[in-house]
Amino acid sequence: MTGNSGARGLKLTQTTAVLAMCAVLIVVFAIFLKGFLTLGNFFALARNISILGILALGMAVVVIGRGLDLSQVASFAASTAIAVILMNSGYTTPVALLIGFVMAILIGVLNGFLISVIEMPPLLTTLASSLAVLGIVRTAAVQHYVVYLSKGHDDFLRLGGNIWGGVPISLLIFIATAVIVHLFLSRTVTGRFVYAHGDNPDAARLTGLPTRPLTMIEYALCAAIGYVGGVVMVAQTALMHLQVAESTLIFDVIMVVVLGGVSLVGGRGSVMSVIAGTLLIGVLLNGMTIMDMDVQTQNIVKGVVLLVAIVLDSRLHPRDEETSKQGD
Amino acid sequence: MKSLQRFWHRNSPQLFLGELLEKRWMEPIIPFTLTIAVFLVFASTIPNYLKASSLQELMRNFAEQGMVAVAMAFSILSGGLDLSVGAVFAMANFLAIYLYLILGLPLPVMVVLVILFGAAMGAINGGLIAYGKTRPFLTTLVVLIIVRAAYNKVTIAFTNELASIDLGSGVWDFMGSGKILGIPVNMAALIVLAVSTHFFLTRVKPGVHIMAVGSSRKAARHAGVNVKRVLFSAYVISGSIAALAGIFYAARQNSSGTDTGVGWEINALAAVVLGGISLAGGRGTIARAVMGAAIIFMLISGMVRLGISGNLTTAVIGIILLVAVGFNVKWVKNKGKVLQKVYVTPSWVDFEPPPSVERGSGTPFAENDRLKNAEAIALNKIEGPEDIILDRNDNLYTVNRNGSIIRFLAPDYEVREEFARIGGRPLGLAFDKDQNLLVCIAGMGVYGVKPDRTVFKVTDRTTRTRTRLKDDSRLYLADDLDVAPDGKIYFSEASTRYELADWALDGFEGRGNGRLICHDPTTGVTKTVLKNLAFPNGICLSHDGQSVLWASTWLCQINRYWIAGPKAGTSEVLIDNLPGYCDNINRASDGKYWLAFVGLRTPVYDLAMRNPGFRTRMVKQIPPDEWLCPGINFGCVVKFDDNGVVTESLWDPGGQSHPTITSIREHKGYLYIGGLENNRIGRIRLEGADPSWEAHKSYWGGA
Repeated sequence: MTGNSGARGLKLTQTTAVLAMCAVLIVVFAIFLKGFLTLGNFFALARNISILGILALGMAVVVIGRGLDLSQVASFAASTAIAVILMNSGYTTPVALLIGFVMAILIGVLNGFLISVIEMPPLLTTLASSLAVLGIVRTAAVQHYVVYLSKGHDDFLRLGGNIWGGVPISLLIFIATAVIVHLFLSRTVTGRFVYAHGDNPDAARLTGLPTRPLTMIEYALCAAIGYVGGVVMVAQTALMHLQVAESTLIFDVIMVVVLGGVSLVGGRGSVMSVIAGTLLIGVLLNGMTIMDMDVQTQNIVKGVVLLVAIVLDSRLHPRDEETSKQGD
Repeated sequence: MKSLQRFWHRNSPQLFLGELLEKRWMEPIIPFTLTIAVFLVFASTIPNYLKASSLQELMRNFAEQGMVAVAMAFSILSGGLDLSVGAVFAMANFLAIYLYLILGLPLPVMVVLVILFGAAMGAINGGLIAYGKTRPFLTTLVVLIIVRAAYNKVTIAFTNELASIDLGSGVWDFMGSGKILGIPVNMAALIVLAVSTHFFLTRVKPGVHIMAVGSSRKAARHAGVNVKRVLFSAYVISGSIAALAGIFYAARQNSSGTDTGVGWEINALAAVVLGGISLAGGRGTIARAVMGAAIIFMLISGMVRLGISGNLTTAVIGIILLVAVGFNVKWVKNKGKVLQKVYVTPSWVDFEPPPSVERGSGTPFAENDRLKNAEAIALNKIEGPEDIILDRNDNLYTVNRNGSIIRFLAPDYEVREEFARIGGRPLGLAFDKDQNLLVCIAGMGVYGVKPDRTVFKVTDRTTRTRTRLKDDSRLYLADDLDVAPDGKIYFSEASTRYELADWALDGFEGRGNGRLICHDPTTGVTKTVLKNLAFPNGICLSHDGQSVLWASTWLCQINRYWIAGPKAGTSEVLIDNLPGYCDNINRASDGKYWLAFVGLRTPVYDLAMRNPGFRTRMVKQIPPDEWLCPGINFGCVVKFDDNGVVTESLWDPGGQSHPTITSIREHKGYLYIGGLENNRIGRIRLEGADPSWEAHKSYWGGA
């Protein structure tokens, strides 16, 4: 990340560096990859990354509060699967979606409770809760991974379509979510508290911030925003495949968040960082897909990029190793 | 009824519980019980579970998972986490088959190469984490993704070769399906691995360093441990062990499937956590990792055999992990608190009202002002002279809080010098025949200082009580000592349950936690003479040398233990129901004995001693600075004779200059006074005392 974007007076932050790198990638792909620089591909790219972007927005809230939610994908997969089943069984779309939404929030609150009140390490808690949630939902409701949305929900499926001659609605949802999360993080008291909480949890607690409810809110928001992503996913594909929870999607989400500059030490970064990270990963994935790389190779490339991002993150935002806890 | 109550309080099960919780082997008791329970449940629900062939099959399937759990344990004990073990295991499995069965390399070469591969993966993890300062979780997660993706690529690339492999040699088959003494080879390897890694982590320097870094990185660094290198080594070991597991798996399966090792890191993590290895690092053993792995393995395999769906198994594992981690976190955090609440176990002490100490009451204890005008020696030059003693040349020796023996030189005691520095908290002093200064040191034992100032150890351990959980062979709180005419050293150990700073807690218990111990310098043997004494404090040889007088502080008694004569070996109460808490006893010039009262009894505290429940609640519910403690703001010294009759008392009412008197010595017509918390040594002239009497002569004769 050596791009010198300081030329126009911009400060070289991780976010601007990522944006610059993204621009470089776009230029390189545009020159060397046939069919990259077309409006169709652009909308396809937007369609693909908007879900990732929405999920990353949710994850960013938790990461800014110095947490990490590995159960995000499992929780939205489980709750949207339940919502789809309810829709299939005759509930009206809004009611079914609302029930799934409540379920996602409950999972988030449970995570937050275990982390803040029982004081379990976030990583293990969310890892274990994703196993538990998936296991329970699959045992109780979804035996064979896939839940198909039955016919007759065209209004709902329109969410996954395009308007205005090709603009994907999912992109609009991503933008709307981004604006709301941005307003929440930068304009509301609770949002500022999230930063304070992540910057120094002990100081936040000593100043009188309700850190335990705050943690629950953070994880609930992460799960809720994740649920929005899940709904968009169902709207695009008309099904929910629970195997998504066992894929590397959750690591893509973390990668987006960390790459953009929402440091894992907490209290850093903003919605802009998430957008920058989403763009970079989106362009990278799109380019690799056009290059016809197989999934494994893509994973290796992504892994290497993430490793670089982690090393850079620990260089740019060093943490106090002497006091750092397990599971960071 | 009363005696039953007393018996109950003396032998309360709480006592046992408190000492049980203190035991280090108590920590894995929950996983241990769980392992047995899970085994028994499946043994009773699954037919033929206990048949030898069935057990062998179980062990054979378990061994590699156990090894991966051991690998995981290494990284967690070092204070990190290695999620890449599952992928490294799978890749090693493939490499073993590829190098040995497809490329045809010799078996030893293959083994070395594959383990080198594991070490290299560990080196990537360790290098990034230790030297790149990245987070263990994410770093190893990414390595997991990369290695896993690479594994999937190579297994797809070599599908045909893998499908048509020649079977290996006899050694290879033996590794896969052989048995040693009825135990499958891979299980035997796991046992060897577990024992050797346990030995490594607890007995060998690099291993101990791993534990040290895991416990406290800062402390390890300050102790001179190369933290980065140690962290690096932990991941290298972890990777190597995972690779070893892959080789055994390859020998057993002779194949490399798409799901090999998938999710093993999660199982290993669950196993390690379930085994009770703290995620904060540094706490736990290899045995616990293996136990945890056994639980997980038995659960999964047992549920499969019972026909329970994989989904439910996933849910169960997730919930068990949540509960185990939550419990672990809470247990680690609150264990100290629980122990503190459970540990103090007050007993029933039933006092009679004591003789009056009121001024003018006519008892020998009546308050007076005889100590009030004591001359202060070494004012502000000494901290806490618990005991004082004078040698043949009238020099004054005393103990200091910082662990040294201080000498004030005769005749005016203005010159202060550090006679010897031993450490600990020195308490009681005594001279032996050869003018060696013997000293009891709280937390260390009994030490001696020769006249040329060289320090030597007398003893620091005694016989262990076999019926007790707590190891009481070490001396906890050696308090005071005296030397018998035959050279044997008798000393008191005030408490085997509390350190010196917690003397008040021992007082709340009022139980016989202390003992009288005898050390024979000629044979070097230390033996416990009397057990279960309530805070034995002062020790003094009687003037005739036939018995040892010892003071019980909490019971306010003077006891006599016969060491010679017709009653040798028996014990009797000499004075009971004293009005104060007894401390040191020393000989007086007129054939009697001086006794220091460290504090005075009060009706309220006596009442509290009759009510164990009250004291239990007090310790549990209110902060220490609000506890009802024995009254120690008095200064009082009494004199008694061989018949147990108290003849006189000397007072410093209100303890203006000498509160908490713990020691008195008579020397050439003067009485010297020391106290545990004082900043001076007091001296008063004794009217009518023999001006030539000195203790050393009284003990050892001579001019």
